[in-house]
Amino acid sequence: MLQKGVFDVEKIRQDFPILQRKVMGGKPLVYLDNAATTQKPLSVINAISDYYTNYNSNIHRAVHQMAEEATIAYEETRKKIAKFINAKSTDEIIFTRNTTEAINLVAYSWGRANVKKDDRVVITEIEHHSNIVPWQILTQEKGAKLEYVGVGDDGYLKMHEYRNYLDSNKVKLVSVSQMSNVLGTITPVNEIIRSSHEKGIPVLIDGAQSVPHMPVDVQKLDCDFMAFSAHKMLGPTGVGVLYVKRDILEKMPPFMGGGDMIKEVHKYETRYNDLPYKFEGGTPNIADVIGFSAAIDYLDNLGMDRVREHEIDITKYALDRISGVKGVTVYGPANAKDRGGVVSFNIGDIHPHDLATIMNDHGIAIRSGHHCAQVLMERLDVAATSRASFYIYNTKQEVDKFIEALDEARRLFKI
Amino acid sequence: MSDDIYREIILDHYRNPRNKGKMAEADVSIHDSNPLCGDEIDIHLKVDGDKIKDIKFEGRGCAISQASASMLTEMVMNKPLTSVKDLTKDDILENIGLMNLGPARIKCALLSLKVLKLGMVKYYADRDPDSAKKLQEDSRTL
Repeated sequence: MLQKGVFDVEKIRQDFPILQRKVMGGKPLVYLDNAATTQKPLSVINAISDYYTNYNSNIHRAVHQMAEEATIAYEETRKKIAKFINAKSTDEIIFTRNTTEAINLVAYSWGRANVKKDDRVVITEIEHHSNIVPWQILTQEKGAKLEYVGVGDDGYLKMHEYRNYLDSNKVKLVSVSQMSNVLGTITPVNEIIRSSHEKGIPVLIDGAQSVPHMPVDVQKLDCDFMAFSAHKMLGPTGVGVLYVKRDILEKMPPFMGGGDMIKEVHKYETRYNDLPYKFEGGTPNIADVIGFSAAIDYLDNLGMDRVREHEIDITKYALDRISGVKGVTVYGPANAKDRGGVVSFNIGDIHPHDLATIMNDHGIAIRSGHHCAQVLMERLDVAATSRASFYIYNTKQEVDKFIEALDEARRLFKI
Repeated sequence: MSDDIYREIILDHYRNPRNKGKMAEADVSIHDSNPLCGDEIDIHLKVDGDKIKDIKFEGRGCAISQASASMLTEMVMNKPLTSVKDLTKDDILENIGLMNLGPARIKCALLSLKVLKLGMVKYYADRDPDSAKKLQEDSRTL
């Protein structure tokens, strides 16, 4: 099946029922909106259906057989995830609804306990709203200050600004995306984490784009927190993961109070549950966590090194082809090795929403808008961009179709 | 389908918008945006008696939202408020010749009417609270 370094994409496509679908009056679907959410292989869909069909029960409490099966399947997923990102222990893996909730958990629990008046929280201009707004809320509440590391016109972070912030000796937390959802930029998180740690500052990595697309090892990185979402890596919506280093997690106050996160509840006091359950109040999204398990298996089978290699290959091809289209401005690093499989661009005076409408006519799904990164849009001085983003099942032929549709847009708008 | 949308007239209003710009001493100015797309429209009105004496818009966004705003200003210029008040979604779609827009893009086409109605809410707030209330309700359906 495997050629050297790259996998058999046609075979992979057979595993995704939706990719057989026709849209817009009979056109094959060309799905290039993977940074928003990826499609799901049949194994994931079946795992969810199997749970509801055969062993639907609540977990952790009841003693009947199905509850036991469900609990095992749920906890097996936690083990797989711990292994997937190389966490030291399953106790460090907390299930949330999504990356947003994972980051909010850190802001509300760790942040409220640790960030004080006049402290600084450092983020960057490339962040998704989910890694901006929680820190705005926290710093405003505490009278602390939110600082941004800028991004250069070349799409790389201005690391000297970051070092200057560290030198202020007021920074309490650094929170940065490992891969921009707009520019694709892979940020120098190794350097960021190392230099923050020299000052004793913990670092949160927003892995929403990186974990699905490249090998990520939290122990090697030595990050303190990492957040990512299942639905951007073949899994279902409604499941996110927060990784927290054990010694930090042990000191964190609970986030949401309720069932399952407790050992004993009395009228006026509660003894909280052990890690990681202390942070998973209420019945979790059992079915989708189990579905996520099948997604991890799928990616493990392919190998994340190969996933990354495939994306470099297709991104390189896309960057190469799009640079030949008249009137196009591409954002982000020019070198495919420094970016994920995301190509954001504008063409002439065509608004991205108009371009997306024209693409849709051709059965091509791209994203248009601010991509939940309005701070970055302001920095780029654009209202919006168009974005094509790739995953394991995308082919160079699809990139060709995308380029043809761009030419059609140029014709319609007379560019 | 895109051939039907991006006709000459839409592109013309997009690239050469009519009545676009600021207005000194407007009687009413109002701003709204479409959070899904980020389209933004400001409308400024000068009212004389019961007539729209002058209208200007500012904005940024897709060709549909901006052309629709430009065409709306031409449509209501010098018209009595009473007739403008009752403009419907279909009036606008007919005006721009796009009756078959999908649910996402229809919001783009109707943003300027929404802003105009909100502007009239502001204008009528003290003068005619009943009309203001009805216009407010109208604007929610757009």
